[in-house]
Amino acid sequence: MQRRVVVTGLGLVTPVGSGTKEAAWQGPWKALLEGKSGARRIDDLFDVSDLGCQIGAPVPRDGQLAFNPDDWVAPKEQRRIEDFIVFGMAAAEMALADSGLPLDSDEAKERTGVLMGSGIGGLDGIAQTALSLQEKGPRKVSPFFIPSCLINLTSGQISIKHQLKGPNHAVVTACATGVHAIGDAARLIAYGDADAMVAGGTEGSICRIGYAGFLACKALTTGFNDNPTAASRPYDKDRDGFLMGEGAGVVILEEYEKAKARGATIYAEITGYGLSGDAYHVTAPAEDGDGGYRAMKAAIARAGVDPSEIGYVNAHGTSTPLGDEAELRAVERLFGDAADGLVMSSTKSSVGHLLGAAGAIEAIYSILAMRDGVAPATLNLDNPSVETKINLAPKTPVEKSIDCVLSNSFGFGGTNASIVMRKV
Amino acid sequence: MSDIAARVQKITAENLDVDASKVEPKASFIDDLGADSLDIVELVMAFEEEFDIEIPDDAAENIQTVGDAIKFIEERKK
Repeated sequence: MQRRVVVTGLGLVTPVGSGTKEAAWQGPWKALLEGKSGARRIDDLFDVSDLGCQIGAPVPRDGQLAFNPDDWVAPKEQRRIEDFIVFGMAAAEMALADSGLPLDSDEAKERTGVLMGSGIGGLDGIAQTALSLQEKGPRKVSPFFIPSCLINLTSGQISIKHQLKGPNHAVVTACATGVHAIGDAARLIAYGDADAMVAGGTEGSICRIGYAGFLACKALTTGFNDNPTAASRPYDKDRDGFLMGEGAGVVILEEYEKAKARGATIYAEITGYGLSGDAYHVTAPAEDGDGGYRAMKAAIARAGVDPSEIGYVNAHGTSTPLGDEAELRAVERLFGDAADGLVMSSTKSSVGHLLGAAGAIEAIYSILAMRDGVAPATLNLDNPSVETKINLAPKTPVEKSIDCVLSNSFGFGGTNASIVMRKV
Repeated sequence: MSDIAARVQKITAENLDVDASKVEPKASFIDDLGADSLDIVELVMAFEEEFDIEIPDDAAENIQTVGDAIKFIEERKK
């Protein structure tokens, strides 16, 4: 008999604000519901003059809900790790504080693991070091170069900081990373490898080489450089590619009986997790969304729910011309008659696409939608490109009682992951 | 304190994030100043940059205290 797994802590570092140790998710969640957008021009970050996309959704470093790395990582350490690790460490510390997970014994530490993923890891660090290698030679390569960029070092750094000695693992599945990390971590608990897991995704790839690469794949938005907040517009007929975001989302997962016994706040139970491969194309989804369909179907089957019980779907919905409609068709096909009245939105319309962190922050948004009875809006959805019976929550959040949610994440390479969570 | 000693002290304090007053000639980078093997590699690179010298790996292995570093650099800069 597999053990039940619940979510007891959340942490958010997002383009519309970051949490704190005292309020790990409340600020950024409120900003999302208020319809804030993290999009802006990014001329101040690097030279964008020759790039087709000159906008992004970086994590704010000043103003309201700003992220201050000094609150989480000592300045000396910051020089030795790339931003994606800093974001992940911060969100993990928020989530641990939010959960109140007791880590005061050797046994508790040995039974708590970390599974953090990232889509690309330290891309900018690799690019900068390659330039330095070319100019100054190998003797000027920092001893911290490799450990500052490796994707699994987020899990490593979190384990060192909090002395978590259970399974230490990482996921790299492009934009499906966050869901895979949470789903796989839940299975480690279900199968008894750990009693608690710090799980999620993190990304910090807003850099010149990242933009050049995604632009070459024709994946980024290019038509809204003068109107950044209108750029991310999933399902809208004028959408033209995704808006790059950055940040991290972390959840604390615990074995249900132990969480209940210690009186933890239980946000949700992870009841279903489904995975599939497209076997179709390196960057494009199959037009009928078959891979996504099978991932969702597997997650729902595992959860043992009927589609009609699912009150909210947080879509992958990246605002790319092909992907949005393929996913929409797959959801319609899976839900059948239950698609009528289903609420599905893409929060990427607010925060952009956080790549490897997307699935994790969106799982958190889904949990909070269930908790607060409100589905966040799809911003900028002026003219849907297709007709659908599904309520895409255009421009305004939808208030409704939600007991069960589904969140989708699909990645380059044709990798798909879906997760089903419900109230306990 | 010589100019070289002062610069070694400053770079060491900055790199290892320790108080400059602890960076005495007899202080061991590892035992007294909390450095690990990677910190030392980075510190040696910082000395090379600051003083425009090359510190070969076998020489770097013998630099264990602040005083060792000052002595090595003073020899090279003569």
